[in-house]
Amino acid sequence: MAASTDQADGASGEGPLWEVFTQEKQGAPHEHAGSVHAPDAEMALQNARDVYARRGDIVSLWVVPSSAIIASSPGESGPFFDPADDKPYRHPQFYKTPRGVRVY
Amino acid sequence: MNPLFEYLLRLGDDRLVLGHRLSEWCGHGPALEEDIALANVALDLIGQASHFLRLAGTVEGRGRDEDALAYLRDAIDYRNVKLVELPNGDFGRTIVRSFLFDAWSALSLEKLVHSSHAELAGIAAKAHKEARYHVRHSGEWVIRLGDGTEESHRRTQNALDDLWPYIGELFASDEVDKAHANGIAPDPPSLEPAWREVVSDVISRATLTLPLDGYMHSGARQGRHTEHLGHLLAEMQILARSHPGAKW
Repeated sequence: MAASTDQADGASGEGPLWEVFTQEKQGAPHEHAGSVHAPDAEMALQNARDVYARRGDIVSLWVVPSSAIIASSPGESGPFFDPADDKPYRHPQFYKTPRGVRVY
Repeated sequence: MNPLFEYLLRLGDDRLVLGHRLSEWCGHGPALEEDIALANVALDLIGQASHFLRLAGTVEGRGRDEDALAYLRDAIDYRNVKLVELPNGDFGRTIVRSFLFDAWSALSLEKLVHSSHAELAGIAAKAHKEARYHVRHSGEWVIRLGDGTEESHRRTQNALDDLWPYIGELFASDEVDKAHANGIAPDPPSLEPAWREVVSDVISRATLTLPLDGYMHSGARQGRHTEHLGHLLAEMQILARSHPGAKW
């Protein structure tokens, strides 16, 4: 490896974390792909492009500061989500399909 | 001498050698994201080189393909500018070198898209898209490093001052270029005003000082290289030369 010794101490500090959302075709939802470190928005976009869009198939990218994401807290997942558990009628599968109806 | 063959070697060798230099960063980048970014650019450049050298081999008509041209030529037969063969140095120096080259490359490929040589124009069209991203990437880094900390500013300015004497080769014109006056390739000096505009804009946004033109290196387009190219080729070519015809 011909890398010179002073390559290791390039930029120090990787900057804050950004969440990356990718869109695979026009009109499709932007889906969470992962995250990157970057000092600012432009570099976050470039890093996201290099890490998540380098194999093509992406038409649009969003980057959002991770600090801007408001998340539900894992400690409260019980009271937050459990009440829905015993209400199977909220799932479409709860209802039996009457005979004679074509199932798609 | 076949001027079109010579010219295609210049196009291919610039990119092959810089691509190899950037690949040396693989696993050594300052951050994971930048490591991947540099490797992406390296792969783009080596891909471009492969297209230009394949066409060079066809134009030469002596049965050499892109691998033969990349792996079986000695330094004296390489036609890249000295700027791209210099060692990477620190991250700032790598970025400044890439920026000076990328700005030039994007401008020359933009002209080559309209080349009267259809195959060359086709390769240029694909490469131009990549080069526009490369210059955006390296340019944004120059701005951040120059306008960053005291240390990053100092290192970036030093790199700019040290590399400036190597820009002359980008715009030098010789009989190879003059043979292409019929619309195959742009005349190198014609690219300089636009290049200076792009570069001075980024340099001033980076709060750096544009170096004064002084001594300019020359000769690499005719095969007179720095000592660094031989070492680079030794590493790049050893596998192909130790195992002739090997497939991997």
